[in-house]
Amino acid sequence: MTELMHRDDQGAKLGMWLFLVTEMVLFGGLFVAYSYMRYRYPAEFHHGGQELNVTLGVVNTVVLLTSSLTVVLSIVAIQRADRRTTMALLYATVGLGLTFLVIKGFEWAAKFQHGLYPSSAHLATLPAGEQVFFGLYFTMTGLHGLHVLVGICVLSALARMVARGSIRQDHYVHLENGGLYWHLVDVIWIFLLPLFYLAA
Amino acid sequence: MSDHATTIEPSFLVDTGTRKGLVAWLTTTDHKRIGLLYLYAMTCFFLVGMGIGFVMRLVQLTSFQELVSAQTYNAMFTVHGVIMIFLFVIPGLPAVFGNFFLPILIGAKDVSFPRLNLTSWYFYMAGAILAVLSLFTGGGAPDTGWTFYAPFSLRTGTNVSLAVFAAFVLGFSSMLTGINFITTVVRLRAPGMTWFRMPLFCWAVFATAWIQILATPIVAITLVLVILERAFGIGVFDPAKGGDPVLYQHLFWIYSHPAVYIMILPAMGAISEILPTFAKRTIFGYKAIAFSSLAIAGVGSLVWAHHMFTSGMSPLAQLLFSLLTMVVAVPSAIKVFNWVSTLYKGSIDFQPPLLFALTFIFLFCIGGLTGVMQGALAINIAVHDTYFIVGHFHYVMFGGTGFAFFAALLYWFPKMFGRMYSKNAIYASWFPLFVGFNLLYFTMLILGLEGMPRRYYVHLPQYHTLHVVATVGSWFLVAGVLMFIGTLVRAAVKGSRAEANPWGGVTLEWTIASPPPVENFAEIPTVTTGPYHFPQEAR
Repeated sequence: MTELMHRDDQGAKLGMWLFLVTEMVLFGGLFVAYSYMRYRYPAEFHHGGQELNVTLGVVNTVVLLTSSLTVVLSIVAIQRADRRTTMALLYATVGLGLTFLVIKGFEWAAKFQHGLYPSSAHLATLPAGEQVFFGLYFTMTGLHGLHVLVGICVLSALARMVARGSIRQDHYVHLENGGLYWHLVDVIWIFLLPLFYLAA
Repeated sequence: MSDHATTIEPSFLVDTGTRKGLVAWLTTTDHKRIGLLYLYAMTCFFLVGMGIGFVMRLVQLTSFQELVSAQTYNAMFTVHGVIMIFLFVIPGLPAVFGNFFLPILIGAKDVSFPRLNLTSWYFYMAGAILAVLSLFTGGGAPDTGWTFYAPFSLRTGTNVSLAVFAAFVLGFSSMLTGINFITTVVRLRAPGMTWFRMPLFCWAVFATAWIQILATPIVAITLVLVILERAFGIGVFDPAKGGDPVLYQHLFWIYSHPAVYIMILPAMGAISEILPTFAKRTIFGYKAIAFSSLAIAGVGSLVWAHHMFTSGMSPLAQLLFSLLTMVVAVPSAIKVFNWVSTLYKGSIDFQPPLLFALTFIFLFCIGGLTGVMQGALAINIAVHDTYFIVGHFHYVMFGGTGFAFFAALLYWFPKMFGRMYSKNAIYASWFPLFVGFNLLYFTMLILGLEGMPRRYYVHLPQYHTLHVVATVGSWFLVAGVLMFIGTLVRAAVKGSRAEANPWGGVTLEWTIASPPPVENFAEIPTVTTGPYHFPQEAR
C-alpha cells in the first residue's frame, strides 16, 4: 500500500544512521577479537605486519579518501541541480572503489603466492600468533572489501536513479544515505590501515 | 473517544488493492498483515519445536530409546533450541505485536519503512528455510547445542555452517526490524503523543529495538567467523592454530545474553498494557516501568559472562559479572511491584488475558529468582550445565515470554481478527497449560539441584522418577497448547463478531474498528492525556 507512504527525509536518515551503527558494531566484534589476539601475541603481530605492503596500503587509503570526497561533491552538485556533474562524480567514486579493490586483489594475490593464507602449508609452520594474524587480516580486509563491493553497487544504482530523475535537487536523501554508507566503508579502512599495516 | 466501528471503511483483512488472495498477502506492506504473516509462520515453527521437545521428554522415559539414537538426541536438543529461540522467542512479540500494534498505539498509519518491514519478513522466512534445510543436507542435523560452542562446532561433521548461516540471516531480519521500530517511534508519533504519553508496550519495543541493533551484529560477525573457520581455517577460535575458544563464548554471549532481554522486554510491555485495562485504572509507576525497560536493556548488556563462570575467568571479572547480574533483578522487580500495585484497589474485570498475565507474573517470578540464584558464584558453579539451568530458562522464556505472548494474543485477538474466542475454552486450556508447565519445569529445577546434567541422553536410576513426572507434565503442557491454539484457530474462522472495544481499554487501538481499517485511522488522532486515562477512575 505504497500510497500510505509519505516522505520523511529525516526519518530516512535516522534509519540509515541506525544501520551504520549496526555496521560499526559488526566490525566492532572483529576489533574486539583483534585487540585480544594482539594482546596475546604482540611479537607475532609485529612480525605479521612487516609482511604487509605499507606502500600499497597507503595508496589505497588515498584512493578511498578521494572517493569520499567525490561522493560529497556529488551531493553538492545535485543540490545545484547539476545532474551531469553529479553522475560524473558518482562514476568517479565507483571507479576509485574499483581501483581500491584491484589494488587489494594484487595484495592478496601476493600473499597467496608467498603461502600466507589460512590453512596453507607454509603458514602452518609459522608461530600460532602469525596464523591468527593472517586469519584476521584476510577476514577483516575481506569483509571490508565486501562492503566496498556493496558500496560500488549502491553508488551505481544511485547514478542510475540520478539519470532517471528520481534523485533530484529537491529529493536527494537516497544519495545522502548512499554517501553515508560510503563514508562508513572509508572510516573502517582508516582503522584497518594502522591495525594491520602500521602495526609493525 | 468516538467509536468508528460502524464506519464503512474496509478492514485490512479485505483485499482492496489490485492483487488478491495469497499474492496480496505476500506483497503487502501493511504492518498489520506483516504482523499476521509472522504470527502464522511462528505458530508453525512453535509447533515443530514443541513436537521435538515432546519427543525428547519421551526419550527420557527410556522406553523409546530404540527410536531415537544418541546422535539424533543431540541433534534434537540443538534444533529445538535453534527453532524456539531464533524463530519463536526472539522475534515473537516484537515481530507480531510490535508490527501490528506499535504504529496503532502511537497513532501512526504504518511503520517508517513499510517495504523494509516486508523485507525483514522475507529474511525471517529465508533464515527459517535455511535452518530447516540444515537438518536434511550436508552431514546431517547440527549436534552442537544451540550455542554452537567452538571448538566442537568447528570439528563436527554435521551441517553447522548452514545452521549458523540461517541464524545470521535471522539476525539480519531482527536488526532491520529494530531500525524500523526506533525510527517509527521517533518520527511517527501522533500530535500530542509525547514520549511520556506513549503506552508502555511502545517503550518496551523501543528498548528492545536498541538491543536488537546494538547486540545482534556481534553474533552476526561471530557466526560469520565460525563459518570462515570451518571453510578456510582462519584460526581465531581454533586452539590448534593459536585461536581461543573462550573468545567465541564471550562474543556469543555478548549478543545472546542481551537477546534474553530482547525476548522478555516486549513481553513485559504487553503485560503493562493488559493490567490497566482489566484493573480499570492507570498503571502504577508509569515512568518507573518505562525507565526500567531502558535500565534492563542497558545493564543487561553488561552481564554476559555469567554464562561462563566455569570457562576460566579472573576472580575480579567473576565478581563484577556476578554483581551486575544481580543488579538486573532490580529493574525487573520494579516492574513486578508496579504491576501488583496497579491491581491494588482496581476494579478487577477478570477475563482470559488477565488470567494469563497473572500467570506470567507468577512464572516469571520463579524464573527471575532462580536467575538471581545463579548469579551467585558458588551456586552457579554447582548448578552449571544441569537441569536447573534448563528449568530456569524455560520458566523465563516459556513461562515468561511464552505466557505473555499468549496473554497478548488473547488481549489483542478480537482487535486483530475482529472475532471473539470462547472464553470457557480458553479457561479450560489454561489448566493443563499451568499444571503441565509446572510439573515439567519445576521438576527440572529439582532434578538439576540433585545433579542431573543437561543434554544427557541417559540418566542414572535415581533420577528416573522425577524424569517420569516431568514427562507426564509435558503431556499436559502439549495438550494445553493444542487446546489453546485450536480454540483461537476456530475463533478466527467462525468466532462471534467482536466489538471495537471488548475489554474497555483506553489506548488508541480500541478507538478504531475491529479489525482495523487499512489506514488504521481515518484521521490521525490528537492525544491529550496519558495512555491509561480511565475517565471513570476516581483519583
